[in-house]
Parts: sequence; C-alpha cells; structure tokens
Amino acid sequence: MDLTKELLLDMYTKMNKIRKFEERVSELFAQGKILGFVHLYIGEEATAVGVCENLTDKDYITSTHRGHGHLIAKGGDLKFMMAELYGKATGYCKGKGGSMHIADVQKGILGANGIVGGGLPIAVGAGLSAKLRRTDQVAVCFFGDGASNQGTFHEALNMASIWKLPVVFVCENNLYGISMRQDRHQAIADIADRAMAYGFPGVTVDGNDVLAVYEVAREAVKRAREGAGPTLIECKTYRWRGHFEGDPTVYRPKEEVEEWMARDPIPRLARYILDNNIATEEELKEIEHNIISELEEAVKFAEESPYPEETSAVEDVYTDLVEEGRVR
Amino acid sequence: MRQLTYAEAIREAIRNEMRRDPRVFILGEDVGKFGGCFGVTQGLIDEFGEELVRDTPISEEAIAGVAVGAAATGMRPIAEIMFMDFVTVAMDQLVNQAAKMRYMFGGKISLPMVIRLPEGGGLQAAAQHSQCLEAWLTHVPGIKVVYPSTPKDALGLLISSIRDDNPVAFIEHKLLYNLKGEVPDENEPIPLGVADVKRPGRDVTIVATGLMVHKALNAANELAKEGIEAEIVDPRTLFPLDKETIFNSIKKTHKVVIVTEEVKRGGWGGELAALIAEEIFDYLDAQIVRIGSLNVPIPFTTVLENYVIPNEIDIINGVKSIL
Ligand SMILES: Cc1ncc(C[n+]2csc(CCOP(=O)(O)OP(=O)(O)O)c2C)c(N)n1
Ligand SMILES: [Mg+2]
Repeated sequence: MDLTKELLLDMYTKMNKIRKFEERVSELFAQGKILGFVHLYIGEEATAVGVCENLTDKDYITSTHRGHGHLIAKGGDLKFMMAELYGKATGYCKGKGGSMHIADVQKGILGANGIVGGGLPIAVGAGLSAKLRRTDQVAVCFFGDGASNQGTFHEALNMASIWKLPVVFVCENNLYGISMRQDRHQAIADIADRAMAYGFPGVTVDGNDVLAVYEVAREAVKRAREGAGPTLIECKTYRWRGHFEGDPTVYRPKEEVEEWMARDPIPRLARYILDNNIATEEELKEIEHNIISELEEAVKFAEESPYPEETSAVEDVYTDLVEEGRVR
Repeated sequence: MRQLTYAEAIREAIRNEMRRDPRVFILGEDVGKFGGCFGVTQGLIDEFGEELVRDTPISEEAIAGVAVGAAATGMRPIAEIMFMDFVTVAMDQLVNQAAKMRYMFGGKISLPMVIRLPEGGGLQAAAQHSQCLEAWLTHVPGIKVVYPSTPKDALGLLISSIRDDNPVAFIEHKLLYNLKGEVPDENEPIPLGVADVKRPGRDVTIVATGLMVHKALNAANELAKEGIEAEIVDPRTLFPLDKETIFNSIKKTHKVVIVTEEVKRGGWGGELAALIAEEIFDYLDAQIVRIGSLNVPIPFTTVLENYVIPNEIDIINGVKSIL
C-alpha cells in the first residue's frame, strides 16, 4: 500500500481528534453543560477514519445516532459541533438538532440520524442522484449491527444492487444494539454475509485496524466510483462507553470491555508510524497537543456563543414559509 | 392506598395481568434485562423469564406485526415501541393490519394487543425522539387510544387495555414516569372511555391530556388566586371518548380550552374542538380555545423546546382570552 506520511498523520490526527472530542463531551455531559441523548464513538475511531480517508468533500455520508466520529472523520469543524451540542445559535444546526442530528451539508455530511436504519435508504438516494447527475460521487452509509435488522437495511441493499449505485455500506459491528448482544439479535456471525443475498461483495474487516479498514474501503470506493456497484463492509469493533452517556451497561461483562480496550486502535496506529519511522514521537505529541488547543477553542467558542432567539424555533421548517409563533 | 410512580404503576399492571393470564407476554427492544429504555419493564424478566419478556431485534415493523399475528392466534401481546416517534416505522402493521383485520374479515377475528408508546418532549431529545403522535392513531378506525396522566390511571387503564379484545395504543408521557401518586391497594381496572374530572370548577373547562393535565392543574391554581375556578377534565382515553363528561362540564362552564402537547395542526385536540362545535355549540359563550405545540418539529435546545411546547402561561393566557 502506498501510505504516505501525510495520509498516516491525517489518520492519526483524526482518530485522536475523535477520541479527545468524545472524552471532553463525556465530561461536559456529566457537568450538565450538554443535554439530551449523547452516544459516544470512543473505541470505534479507526472505522470512521479508515473509511473517510478515501472520500473527498464532494462524497456523501449518512451517519447515525453515534455520529460525532463520522463527522470529524469527514472534516466536520469541532467549533460548530461543540456549539451544536451546547444548543447554541452558532452550532451546525442553530441549536435545533443537537447530537443526534448534526449535519454539515457543505462537506457532504447528510446528518446524524435518530432513527436506527434511517440513513440507509437516504445513502442509496444520494448514490442514485450521483448516478443521475453523472458525477463520480460516492455515498457512504454508516450504520450499526442493530440497524442491520431493520427493513430499511434489506430494502436499501437490494435497491443499490439492482441499480448498481455508487454506495458503500459500512456496518459498524460493535457487538451490541443497546443491551442486545449480536448473537441474541441475529443468527449469523458476519453481517457482511448478508451482501450475498443481494448479489454484491461483502467484506469483514478488523474495525480497530485503521489501515485494514482503509484498504478495504479504498477498494469499495473505487468499485463504486467506477460504476461497479455497492459493497458492504462490516467493521468489527466495540464501543467503550455505555450505549448513551448514563447507561450503566449491566448487560456486558467487564472482561469483555477490558479485552476490547486492549485493542485500542489509536496506539496501534502510533506503533505502526513509529516502527516504520514515518514520524517521531515528538511529531505525534505535537499533533495531540494541537488537538487539545483546537478542542479547548471549540469549548470556549461554544461556551461564549449565544443561545438562539426563541422565535427562531418557527424558522427553517420550510424554505418559503415561517410558521406562526406564540406570544407569552 | 399505596404510592407508586407512573412507571411502577405500568409495571404493576403488566405484572398483574401476566400473573393472571398466561397468554399475556411482552416484546420490545431492550425490555428484558435492560428493563426498557425508561426502566418500565425492570425486573419483569426475573419473574416471567425470557420467553414471556422478549427482547427483540431493532425491527419495529416486525414488533407490531408479530403482535398482530400472536394476538390473532390466541396470545395477548404487549409490545413496547421505545419512543413513540418510532411507531412511524411500524405504521403498516398498525394501520393496515391491526386496525382493519377484524373489519375486513367481517368480525371473525379479534386482536387483543397493546402497543405501548412513550411520547412527549422536555428531555432535549430533539425532533425524532419527542413527538406526540396520538392523532395519527385516533384517525384510524380500529384502534383504541389510551393516555393516562397519573399513576392510578396508568394502572387501571393498562389493566383494561390488556384485557380489551381490540388493538389498544397505550400512550405514556416520558416526563411522567417518575411522578408519584396514590394508587388503590387492589389492582382494579378502570374502564376505557371514561373521563375523569381532575379538578372541579365553575368558570371554564380545561380539557387536557397526559403531561398537560399537570400543567393545567398548575395553571388552575394560579387562576384560582384571581378567583377564576377552572374545571379540568382528563379524557384518559382519546378513543373511545367520554363525550358526556366533557360536554357536561362545558354545559356548566360554557367555555372550553383544550390543551394537548401534540402540534396543533391536525391534532386530536382539533377533533375534540370540532365535536364540541358540532354537538353543543349553543352552550358556548365564547370561541373554543386550542393550545398545543407550535407547528414545527421539536427542536433540541432548551430555549427553543420550551417555546414550542405549551406551558402554564399559555394555558392561563388561553383561559383569560375568553373570560
Ligand atoms: C427506529 C428506531 N428504533 C429504536 C431506536 C432506539 N435506539 C437508538 S440506538 C439503538 C441501538 C442501535 O444499535 P446499533 O445499530 O448496533 O448501533 P450502536 O448504537 O451500537 O452504534 C436503538 C435501539 C431508534 N433510535 N430508532
Ligand atoms: Mg451496535
């Protein structure tokens, strides 16, 4: 593989950015600065980053309730993300969306999604649109192991297949859908096997190995761009935190969590970089240092930003209409 | 009298019915060991086991459909949809199958099933986890729609819903789960289709549902300080509707304010307003006032959410606008 220093360091940067962003969000949530439901991506960083390194700003992604990692991997801005989590007017969605609905349409991010399985057909629609508009854009759909049991999964895969659409389905198999372990919610071990039923390739990959994910996704994105149709990539990974912040995780053994934490994707990439003399320890330290400043700036930006005017609640429902407000 | 929370009352009703009738079982996402997203089914798996407290995959259409099939063939399922917003994913099975099967078959089948639907805003859960979609269901002939506002009502109405031989949509408000209240020592059913006067009054009738019953009670206490006595009627079941109790109150006060959390456009509150206008128009001394959420998706951030969802001030203003 022709892995340039630039590419590897970008991966390292993005993975660390996700990790540190999420750790900070966890703290801020515990402090009551961030409200609502927050689902963290810690432990799964290699999946989003390995996939998105193959994309440009013109390509699309659909994300999930666990979307912060996808956003950052696709180039989302920490300031606007943090401001949105704070519910501020300067956030990506002006405080209307929150964690589960962050979107950056300019960057091809068609939104996090609060509906499990909701993004699958949307990605197929984006792929269809790319095909109809004769562009070489690709649509990547992130979704979980739990989502692979929704009807939309099967309908979306089938449609993408018969129309040979430029779609890459990326299943983040983190072993659980909330409390349901994969072996209780489906009778197969590899979700990638389901691609067979729709007549296109399905690949299972170690989702904690960013280079392996990168390689598999590169092939899938290439196939999609060349008009050869969709691929299903299953990334085996694990979420370190509870399903959402506040989940006591009574449903999984401590040993399992520890086992997966030992497979931390970030030191794994660091080791590769150092062992192959691609960068020095100091260079990596500096990257981490820069991320911390960027993150603290984002928190400051969020803290100092104003909340939206309450009357803005009636805007943005339609392009051309404003709904009626109320007088209090 | 015992004290139970709204969530405990729901659990108590389920436990009561599962003990008494082996055909009753639960299915839904994370309802087993996890105890449900809001803890409502906590502990039931320990008593009844995995067979009767079934964790399902994330497949709402199948959850609803499996309930239909099981109900059609001798079981009495209680299906939980984690947030009412996700009932949209299950709509074919509810609207085209559950609601119509008996009718289409010429009355030859019955579907004793309950689908539990936690609804409502106030948790900064944003547009896809906060909706009140009761009108989607009351619009469909063939489904009964129940919506308790207190632990006592939740207990008695859920018992009746489980014993009912028709599909029943049982709506719960997420912000009510921790509300404590008195509950009779005996687990008695409360019949569907019977409203409850939550506060007597002479000057104006407030018909409110779910969480809004409590906001209306707060508003009424404020109004009482100014000598305005509001009567609060909680229909408790949206269909079948106890028109008599509601109409009797209005015939006494001659004024009505309808308060629901659903967005106002196309809401159940509009249906009630239409019934009042159609059937007892002559008794009204003022226009009917409807208070609901603004016609927008529920926004995330607190300032916006608070603006969109009606509160006590809106109810007080609504009452004063017709006095
Ligand atoms: C249609 C729908 N059903 C249920 C939920 C509640 N819910 C949110 S996330 C989740 C689990 C999703 O599991 P998975 O797809 O594996 O993603 P993960 O959380 O593991 O990343 C569930 C059941 C939802 N948001 N939408
Ligand atoms: Mg999962």
